[in-house]
Amino acid sequence: MSAKAEIEIIEAYCKGCSICVEFCPTKVLEMDAFVVKVANADACIACNQCELRCPDFAIKVHKL
Amino acid sequence: MAYDYEKSIRPGKLPHIWCPGCGHGIVMKGLIRAMDTCGLEKNNTAIVSGIGCASRMPGYLDFNTLHTAHGRAAAFATGVKMAKPEMTVICCGGDGDGAAIGGNHFIHACRRNIDMTYVLLNNYIYGMTGGQFSSSTPPGHLASTTPYGNPDPAFDLAKLAIGAGATFVARTTAFHATQIDKLIVEGIKHKGMAVIEILDDCPTTYGRRNKFRSVVDMMKRLKDIAVPVTAAAKMTPEQLEGKTLTGVLHKEDRPEYCENYAKIIARVQGA
Amino acid sequence: MAKKIALLQGNEACAHGALYAGCNFFGGYPITPSTEVAEVMSGELPKVGGKFIQMEDEIGAMASIIGASLAGSKALTATSGPGVSLKQELIGYACIAEVPCVIINVMRGGPSTGMPTGPGQSDVMQARWGTHGDHAAIALCPSSCQEIFSETVRAFNLAEKYRMPVQVLFDEIVGHMRERIVFPEPGELEVIDRTAPSVPPEQYKPFDTSFGDVPPLAAFGSDYRFHVTGLNKAEDGFPTTKAELVDAEERRQIRKVEGAEARADIELNEEYMTEDAEVVIFAYGSTARSARYAVNELREQGIKAGLFRPITLWPFPEKRVAELGEQVKAMVVAEMNLGQMVFEVERIVKNTCKLGLVTRVDGDPLTPTQIIDQVKEVL
Repeated sequence: MSAKAEIEIIEAYCKGCSICVEFCPTKVLEMDAFVVKVANADACIACNQCELRCPDFAIKVHKL
Repeated sequence: MAYDYEKSIRPGKLPHIWCPGCGHGIVMKGLIRAMDTCGLEKNNTAIVSGIGCASRMPGYLDFNTLHTAHGRAAAFATGVKMAKPEMTVICCGGDGDGAAIGGNHFIHACRRNIDMTYVLLNNYIYGMTGGQFSSSTPPGHLASTTPYGNPDPAFDLAKLAIGAGATFVARTTAFHATQIDKLIVEGIKHKGMAVIEILDDCPTTYGRRNKFRSVVDMMKRLKDIAVPVTAAAKMTPEQLEGKTLTGVLHKEDRPEYCENYAKIIARVQGA
Repeated sequence: MAKKIALLQGNEACAHGALYAGCNFFGGYPITPSTEVAEVMSGELPKVGGKFIQMEDEIGAMASIIGASLAGSKALTATSGPGVSLKQELIGYACIAEVPCVIINVMRGGPSTGMPTGPGQSDVMQARWGTHGDHAAIALCPSSCQEIFSETVRAFNLAEKYRMPVQVLFDEIVGHMRERIVFPEPGELEVIDRTAPSVPPEQYKPFDTSFGDVPPLAAFGSDYRFHVTGLNKAEDGFPTTKAELVDAEERRQIRKVEGAEARADIELNEEYMTEDAEVVIFAYGSTARSARYAVNELREQGIKAGLFRPITLWPFPEKRVAELGEQVKAMVVAEMNLGQMVFEVERIVKNTCKLGLVTRVDGDPLTPTQIIDQVKEVL
């Protein structure tokens, strides 16, 4: 399986709410000391849910 | 490429002031996408708010923005719209701001059917002042001023808007991110008073007092209580217990206020 | 061509003065004894393409005129004391956000509902200190129907020039009295519009003080877009809590009205027989009409009396009142309240002359006899 999108994290904006991690259907994201990180990039299906639900403008999903 | 939110945000204004997990940012993103979809010109758009967490939204947005006094967004916006009907006017703000202290302006803007879009973020609480109960806090729930449970009944804000005469009323939640912009787009395109109630979470002052252990718990609640109006038609009252209808709840055509006034001007000047 | 002459009520003259000044937006709420202003505006504004809206309450009316003004309109509301009480928070908003607008207060008596159909002058301190927080105030107080016309024009001019709310106070007597009005020709009275920005849109800051103490104001829906808030703000219009910026802005907003140059521009007084006066009656609004009669009577009786009538109540005419205090033996303040402007007079004249006060709050105007009696008692 290969990633359908590249996920960009703007760490300075992330407040660590973890909404993106919880609702990612393919468990691409993980929390790392209160900041989100891409843990499983290959699993990304480019559904964009993490970006849409990020309240802090901290995630950008660049479709490949 | 990812969607470019920055083109609608004033340089240097992010990160915003909202708490971790507060849905206001999700709503603001929806509003940005909606205004973009509608092709609104920045100079020809005014975004008006009152006071409270949600009312800080206009400060981030690179449009004509008016952060007014507590509860007064709809009344200020009425002045802007009447003075320049060619402008697109959008109000945003919270439940306490819009429906408690500002309730009178809100219902009368609905009654006039003045062409504006009111994005009403309902997080069931006065967040900015530290979590006092609002006119939409559910009965029995805990707030800093209802330590024994809220004795007040709550407004159904969408019903309030429909009853007052708004001609487009819709509801969704901060969880349903893609529906936010879709409904706001419909509201902006609608000629008349459009109210989009967005059920939101306040993890800091509402969630922690009401047994939501995390932001995610609150988001799950928003996901669980939402029932699309179309689906609700096939459900029994028992199945609908504790649920909230989402989607377009009301839509009608009725003469718009500024257009009516323009007709008066034309008639008087023609006479 | 002969000038247009009409027999008009003060409230009607006010509406016509507003229209002369270019008012094109009225947001109001019905309240006695000011409703005729709204009634005339509702009929006249559509004729000139202006907008009239009767809002759901007094607060909404104030909000609507601030909104309209920010969209470039010259905006007016008219009310009475209880209405001004309700508008106070937003009057403060218009002060800090520096939004031009005009508020007419046709004064009645009493706190609360009081005597809605009777006259009063008990809102003069409300006009100065009604809203919370430090702020400057401009308030004008005409005493005849013709002067209501011209002072309403001047109120718009001052609101636009100083970018702030201006109140026009007249008591119910003048508001409901009918007098002959000569309509000024267009151009006869000066009409001032706010200073628009001269910089390109990308350089515009709504509180840019490099143009002086009154920053140019753009309009929503123009090529300029900007942010407005009731929070303490920096020159870019965005909220700030930086001590030096908050302090500088607050002081500027006082200075733009109370600085020497501004005061000289804003203050307007009428003096009658003050040149050689040994006693001066300080009276304003309809009370000044009785006071003028009293001056004539006293002169006939050999008492060198004069009248000082502030037409601009706020900022208070400190310099001239101080000079008169030095000149006269006594000053008598006559007002339809239980003593309000007398405190300002006292603050300024200090102990340079004797000070008398004659008041009335029973719904009838002060009579010349009452004023004459007080003058004689003080002397």
